Amino acid sequence: MSAKKRKAPTRGKAVERITTGQIVIYAILTLGAIIMSLPIVYMISTAFKPVTELLLYPPRFLVRVPTTKNFSDLALAMTSTDTPFIRYIFNSAFVSTIVVVGTIILATLAAYPLAKHKFPGREFIFNLIISALMISGHVTMIPRYLVIRNTGWIDTYYALIIPALAGSYGLFLMKQFIEPIPNEMLESAKMDGASEWKIFTHIILPLCKPAWATLSIFTFIGTWNDFFSPLIMTTSDSMKTLPLAMRTISDGQNIARMGAAAAGSFLTTIPVILVFIFFQRFVVETMTYSGMKG
Amino acid sequence: MATTSVTPNATPEVQASQGKPRSLWERMKEYRWSYAFIAPYMLIFIIFTVIPVIWAMFLSLTYYNMIQPPVWVGLENYARLFTDDQLFYLAVKNTFYFSIVTGPLGYCLSLILAWLINEVKYRKLYTLIYYIPSITSGVAMAVIWMYLYNGSKYGLLNYLLLKWGIIEEPVLWLKNVKTTLPAIMITSIWMSMGTSFLVFIAALQGVPHELYEAALIDGATRWQEFWHITLPMIRPALLFGAVMTVVSSFQVFDLTMVMAGFPSTLYCAHTIVGHLYDYAFLRFEMGYASAIAIVLFLMTFIISSVLRKVLSSKDL
Repeated sequence: MSAKKRKAPTRGKAVERITTGQIVIYAILTLGAIIMSLPIVYMISTAFKPVTELLLYPPRFLVRVPTTKNFSDLALAMTSTDTPFIRYIFNSAFVSTIVVVGTIILATLAAYPLAKHKFPGREFIFNLIISALMISGHVTMIPRYLVIRNTGWIDTYYALIIPALAGSYGLFLMKQFIEPIPNEMLESAKMDGASEWKIFTHIILPLCKPAWATLSIFTFIGTWNDFFSPLIMTTSDSMKTLPLAMRTISDGQNIARMGAAAAGSFLTTIPVILVFIFFQRFVVETMTYSGMKG
Repeated sequence: MATTSVTPNATPEVQASQGKPRSLWERMKEYRWSYAFIAPYMLIFIIFTVIPVIWAMFLSLTYYNMIQPPVWVGLENYARLFTDDQLFYLAVKNTFYFSIVTGPLGYCLSLILAWLINEVKYRKLYTLIYYIPSITSGVAMAVIWMYLYNGSKYGLLNYLLLKWGIIEEPVLWLKNVKTTLPAIMITSIWMSMGTSFLVFIAALQGVPHELYEAALIDGATRWQEFWHITLPMIRPALLFGAVMTVVSSFQVFDLTMVMAGFPSTLYCAHTIVGHLYDYAFLRFEMGYASAIAIVLFLMTFIISSVLRKVLSSKDL
């Protein structure tokens, strides 16, 4: 394939001619995509398999006669511990939602002065937050646990929510997003006698909305999937979140229990996937221009 | 405006000052709104991140079992960690083995995929499919992988390999000392590849099209184009992706804990974070566990810094 023949990777306007090179690329990508989605397809298919199909030999990848019995079994399987499965779903949904809302509020509030005001200590504070991006969460986990224990919050929602509110990534994202807002806009509002609070609510907030989509998704996914903090911060069964519950449901060996385990995985992963599909276009957009570049 | 060339973006109050040097306190008072905005975030950030980092450093120099107050022991924890703890060496070895395989492999794969996807139509669909595993719960999907790896002949992997005659009897993939870690690595790459992949996709879309058109006119080959235009243009994303990959692969724990069990067979999937968890939350030796945490922190920090140096040098 000569360099002259292929098109610049701009595409779009001109009619595209499919070259051999492109067919190869499509083939590689499609094969890869199939491999990547196999475990998810297997999960969905297994979640709807009746026991007879689970115990079939040779094992079958796809379900033949779908049933929802696994989902009702899952609810039953948990009654022995006095905690219905729906409680785990509620815990995960509740904690994740509050963390998302709280993160949006705190990160936007804090990002505005960091992006737009030259107050004393700004550089220091920003560098502090950026270095926290590189620190593994496990380093802070022990003292965090001790702090929570001293406040008596162990095994409460506070323990799962409050420490998660001040994530570095959210603040970083919001700051990068607010920075390109023209200073003239803020200054002219100031000339007109607007207070800082008014500038924040009337100019900054409306412009931040696209970034909130990205921030919400990543915060939601991170909190929903978090395993380590609930593992150490909760002690009772009724405070567990979905990932912890999933760990107890399955030992991965008992084939007959596989249906219920897959149903649990289904309920744990599908909501997140749907939320992501719904918001996907915002994500790549915000990331492109809010500057993973910087 | 002219008097405040030092702070061009400053708020009008500052511009109103006649260029006189003012005390720090006065300037801070002027910006009281800025501090008010940032205060709620900083309060939580300081309590749950800044203080814990300092506290962890302090605790690592003490013996602390949560019942008696911490007792100062100096560097004893570190000495014990490096000279007396065989299991820690095993954990370090496993973690490095894990990171050295999954980190670069996942990183390169996601770069190649992002580059290929940027060349075709249906970009969004492909992006979605490759990214979805990264947003699934590690534990929930680990359960599914455990059934794929199931040690009986009912496990799909065993079934296929038996059918194709590659193995003669079912392999206990997650119990066998030799196969446990590689099996978990495959799951991990599947699950974590998408994070840097998404960053690369976003960066690739930000490369100005004019550059490619110019290269095309100059008759550059695709390889030259990739090497001289694409890579330099997305360098910040490359750095960001590399640091994220390293930091996250060094933290591997939930996958190993769920898939291999805790403790795993002969500790074959014991990791640094697993070791930390063991000492902190099962044995409640908080001082010793903090020393492990600090060593983990230093390792990720050093490796991130090296990456930063390498990737931001001009020769890339």
